Amino acid sequence: MNRSLLISGIVIVVGALVLFSSMFIVHQTQQALVLQFGDPKRQITNPGLEFKIPFIQDVVFFERRVLDIDPPRQQVLLASQKRLDVDSYARFRIIDPLEFYKTVRNERGARAQLSGIINSTLRRVLGNETLKEILSNKRVAIMADIRQQVNAAVDRFGIEIIEVRLRRADYPKETSNNIYDRMKSEREQEAREFRAQGAEQAQQIRADADKQRTILVAEAKQKSETLRGEGDGLAIKIYADAFGQDPEFYGFYRSMLAYRKAMTDSDTTLVLSPDSDFFRYFKDIGGSSVTDK
Amino acid sequence: MSWSNQGGGGGGPWGGGGGNGGGNGGSPWGQRPGGGGTPPDLEDVIRKGQDRVKRMIPGGFGSGKGLIAILLIAIVGWGLTGFFRVLPNQEGVVLRFGELNRTTGPGLHYHLPSPIETVLTPDVTRENRIEIGHRLTGARNARSSSKQDVPEESLMITGDENIVDIDFIVFWRINDASAFLFNLQNPEETVKMAAESVMRAIVGQTPIQQALTDGREAIEEQTRNELQGLVDEYKAGIDIRQVQLLDVDPPNQVIDAFNEVARAIQDKETVQNQAEAYRNDVVPRARGEAAQMMKEAEAYRAEVVNRATGDANRFNSVYQAYSVSKDVTTQRIYLETLEEVFSKVNKIIIDKNAGGSGVVPYLPLPEVQNRAKTGDSQ
Repeated sequence: MNRSLLISGIVIVVGALVLFSSMFIVHQTQQALVLQFGDPKRQITNPGLEFKIPFIQDVVFFERRVLDIDPPRQQVLLASQKRLDVDSYARFRIIDPLEFYKTVRNERGARAQLSGIINSTLRRVLGNETLKEILSNKRVAIMADIRQQVNAAVDRFGIEIIEVRLRRADYPKETSNNIYDRMKSEREQEAREFRAQGAEQAQQIRADADKQRTILVAEAKQKSETLRGEGDGLAIKIYADAFGQDPEFYGFYRSMLAYRKAMTDSDTTLVLSPDSDFFRYFKDIGGSSVTDK
Repeated sequence: MSWSNQGGGGGGPWGGGGGNGGGNGGSPWGQRPGGGGTPPDLEDVIRKGQDRVKRMIPGGFGSGKGLIAILLIAIVGWGLTGFFRVLPNQEGVVLRFGELNRTTGPGLHYHLPSPIETVLTPDVTRENRIEIGHRLTGARNARSSSKQDVPEESLMITGDENIVDIDFIVFWRINDASAFLFNLQNPEETVKMAAESVMRAIVGQTPIQQALTDGREAIEEQTRNELQGLVDEYKAGIDIRQVQLLDVDPPNQVIDAFNEVARAIQDKETVQNQAEAYRNDVVPRARGEAAQMMKEAEAYRAEVVNRATGDANRFNSVYQAYSVSKDVTTQRIYLETLEEVFSKVNKIIIDKNAGGSGVVPYLPLPEVQNRAKTGDSQ
């Protein structure tokens, strides 16, 4: 009884051992390759519980997710002979674990290969473009072209390049000083222009002010002279109207007024003849002397 | 008896004991070859403990009932390890044999005990930030934190082939936990590279002046949108909350020149304002001057006319009176006038008839003047 129990126990333990070593889990993020003494037998691309022949077969796991690769930055000579420091990144996926395993073995091997291929493709393609094109919307088309070329080159690794993008494209240190000089000169030019514009406008404003002043004064002068003339004219007319009634009397009356006004102080010395009208009665009571003459 | 039944029905006491039968029980050893990529199991320890107990049992061989009881307790204990809690800021992602099975919201949930099912609980509410072009050191959010520039990230070419120094932050959150966990190997790094790439592409089409001044919001908005489009395309399970431009400056080497432009703009305005001031000073004064001239002319006109009218009126009055008796009035006015005039002036009367014809009227004018003056002073 005890003996048979012991034997069945051993059988169970051994059975369990065999069973467990024949099972393995492929995680959601993985895909796997079953190797038999190093020889690939089967590839598993979907996650879940899988079986293998225990002790004979072995499993190698690969990433199922999308991988990043950031090749080292490199200097590229553009079509316009400008140099540019280019840093790219790419995203890829292992689509054929078998080919992948046979050609590059693992991720590290793949990355080493990819870096070189991406960088050389970049150099080749960008060498035909100008900076303007790289900065423009054409960038998308350029990158798609690069992706296609890289894809063709890495197809045999069981890798699919999903995307290649330019991460950075900068002027190299050696040329950036010239760029800075150019930027400075551009700004200086701009600054001068602003100042000159200021002077221009200021002068315009001042000239306009002077013009306004001159015109205002001239107009006022014109109007005021007109007014004065009007006044003088009116006065002449008024005088003429009044005095025209009897010019003779006006002459007499006005003379009398003038005498009074002109000879008011003792500084004036008059040499008179008693023949004048004033002395009519001075010599003759009849007052005839004047009338006779 | 019961042993053989159990062994035949399940995958052995360890595999099938969990009650999920079907011969597909997971085993601790099944994982060993593939242990590399699977997430670590907290249950490992418990399982090892169970194993130890079970190994001891065949050696001990107490009573059959005791054995079964221990076995049952172990199985129940193992089953209980399947309870898990998902915090309000988390999402639970349950994997069955490594394969995505279901996702759960916050609360207490149950999964079949490890290694059949495992759970991952990423934080889906935390707002993550990626600093590009700089690194903040010291406490986050604190004002005192200092910023360290990373020029190779922050210097970029603008649309007019200038260089601009841009520091920005990308805020992101997981919006689809399973996509985040299973689609990209390194989502955070991918987002960072994508953000840099998008920002540079957009700045590469923006003139430097626009980037420095009023184009900032547009750049933020456009970058966010394009970056979101990109990570959606990547199926990264990430929601780009915000792209925030911290500093957009010209590079240090040329910042003086840019400041000079700013100064020139100020100078321009200053000179213009001065000219405006001149105008504002001169024109009203001229207007005043003009007004004065006008008023003077008006006054003159009124004065002249009034004087004329007055004189005319005076004359008219005199004339009316005069017309009544012309001779007498003439005489009277004449005499009165001369009377008044002669009463004031020096008079010398020479009669030609009274032998006066012999007299030469010698008149030393200077002497007359002097006499008049001395007479005045005395």
